[in-house]
Amino acid sequence: MLSFPVSLRVSPAMKRGFFLVLLALLLAAPFFPQIIYPIFLMKMMCFALFACAFNLLLGHAGIVSFGHAAFFGGSAYITGYALRDLGWSTELAILAGVLFTTILGAAFGVLAIRRQGIYLAMITLALAQMVYFTFLQSSFTGAEDGMQPIPRGHLFGLVDLSDDSRLYFLVLACVIGGLWLVNRIVNSPFGEVLRAIREHEPRARSMGYAVDRYKIIAFALSAGLSGLAGSLKCVVFRLAALTDVHWHMSGDVILMTLLGGMNSVFGPAIGAVLISLLRHYFDALGAWVTVVIGIIFILCVLVFRRGVLGEINHLLSRRPATAVRPSKEEQNAQI
Amino acid sequence: MDIFGIPHQALMGQIMLGLVNGAFYAVLSLGLAIIFGLLRIVNFAHGAFFMLGAFVAFLVGRYFGIGYWPAMIIAPLVVGVAGILFERFALRRIYKLDPLYGLFLTFGLVLVLEGGFRVFMGSSGNPFPTPASMRGVVDLGFMMLPIYRGFVILMAVIVCAGTWIVIEKTRMGAYLRAATERPELTQAFGINVPILLTLTYGAGVALAGFAGVLAAPIQHVNPSMGSDLVIIVFAIVVIGGLGSVLGSAVTGLGLGVIEGLAKVYYSEASTTVVFLVMALVLLLRPAGLFGREES
Repeated sequence: MLSFPVSLRVSPAMKRGFFLVLLALLLAAPFFPQIIYPIFLMKMMCFALFACAFNLLLGHAGIVSFGHAAFFGGSAYITGYALRDLGWSTELAILAGVLFTTILGAAFGVLAIRRQGIYLAMITLALAQMVYFTFLQSSFTGAEDGMQPIPRGHLFGLVDLSDDSRLYFLVLACVIGGLWLVNRIVNSPFGEVLRAIREHEPRARSMGYAVDRYKIIAFALSAGLSGLAGSLKCVVFRLAALTDVHWHMSGDVILMTLLGGMNSVFGPAIGAVLISLLRHYFDALGAWVTVVIGIIFILCVLVFRRGVLGEINHLLSRRPATAVRPSKEEQNAQI
Repeated sequence: MDIFGIPHQALMGQIMLGLVNGAFYAVLSLGLAIIFGLLRIVNFAHGAFFMLGAFVAFLVGRYFGIGYWPAMIIAPLVVGVAGILFERFALRRIYKLDPLYGLFLTFGLVLVLEGGFRVFMGSSGNPFPTPASMRGVVDLGFMMLPIYRGFVILMAVIVCAGTWIVIEKTRMGAYLRAATERPELTQAFGINVPILLTLTYGAGVALAGFAGVLAAPIQHVNPSMGSDLVIIVFAIVVIGGLGSVLGSAVTGLGLGVIEGLAKVYYSEASTTVVFLVMALVLLLRPAGLFGREES
């Protein structure tokens, strides 16, 4: 069970350099809308945050949640309500969404961790479906039509966000902040304990860790960060709709995570970008996209379980074939 | 005659509808329980196979003029074969992995099947006629019973009882139970466990296909008819526990009735009541009503 981090043969300096280049590109992007559409870029960033937040549970705590759409979409509804019906300023509306989903996540956690493994996945799915129906029937959500248009509001009551490029920098800042937090959580002592629980729960318990409390907190953190992503998406698109709370969304985020690589911190973001690109450019194919996504899902499970980043890490750190551990034992690469 | 302010007829009607839904829950959770017991796979695709069964019955009727009764045999066979192929070429490869991969894999299959039917058949429902001999209602004295709905409940009970007899009283069932408890030991006694796994998966999804044929005249045949159902069935499985065949049947029927009652007394809750019951059961009896604590 005990395993050491797969060392990346990329020096920390190179990693830092890569992130800096990426950041520079993202900062420059809104000034070249002819190359990439800023709204689409913001959408990808939201999904990247969503997937990485989801992976806090799946990859690092070993908890399979099939109900994350409840957090992503639920937060969008709350933010939309605060912006449209209460007229709050944008940052308060987003905070309201995050707060709501953090509490909702803790509630999910309290119920779901009473069972383990596959049962836990079914419970989260059922709870999320309950949230779906609740929003479907609530008076403020507009049922099948969704909430729209939602005003973007003013940041701190001052900065008008109806301008796309201003909003872009807010979204970028929030997403980077969120991802930084995910990374911080994963590489903290708290993250170590989560991995200990994932690897051997009875042992972690016997060492005196309050396992249930750790799991519930992990649920709440993952849900809150997923909620942040959902709130941002709501502000970007001025829309909160049923598709975001539907179980298809829960499936999508699992796929993004699997595809990107669940044994890493930022792998899911790669998966999120790939799936968003696929949905964006092949939108005209209609239901065929669902079929293709299903096939990718099946392939990911059958032959590509490490995911994109996991595969890259594996290639970079290739040792003599005998020394390669089975993928299940692979520790989280610290990237 | 009113019961808590609800006319007797309306109440009986909803309980009836609830029993019909419960019959589907029972047959589906039965198949899920058998598959999970032996293969340790939570078959997300159960609803998709249910949908496939309904579509096969619909399509053989449209293109070959095959009626309802032969379709009731053909559709489960087709679905069973599809399940066997899926087991042979995909599921088999992941038995050694964490069961969550089974859930993901079958979820992928759901997307493929649903998307595929949406491409070729469209999203809207296709009406399916009730067989001529099953139209009309009978007067039971206390309520009017549509014959077909009565038939559905009867068939569900027969299927559940039949499955129970096969598992508990036949040699095949004994092999199945043995392989569920101790696969390696069963294999050592000369029983071909891999084939048993394949057949079990085929039979489990064939049950779902059969339920799909039963549902076709009641619901409109459409690509998403299965997946909304399967989530409710998951909740029912959590409530009942995947332990016993009888447990799944009883829980399925019971929750169908509870849902029907919710429709009468507080219709807003009818879509969520099953999930509320699940939450309650988790708080009070985490292993489920009939379940054993899983290892």
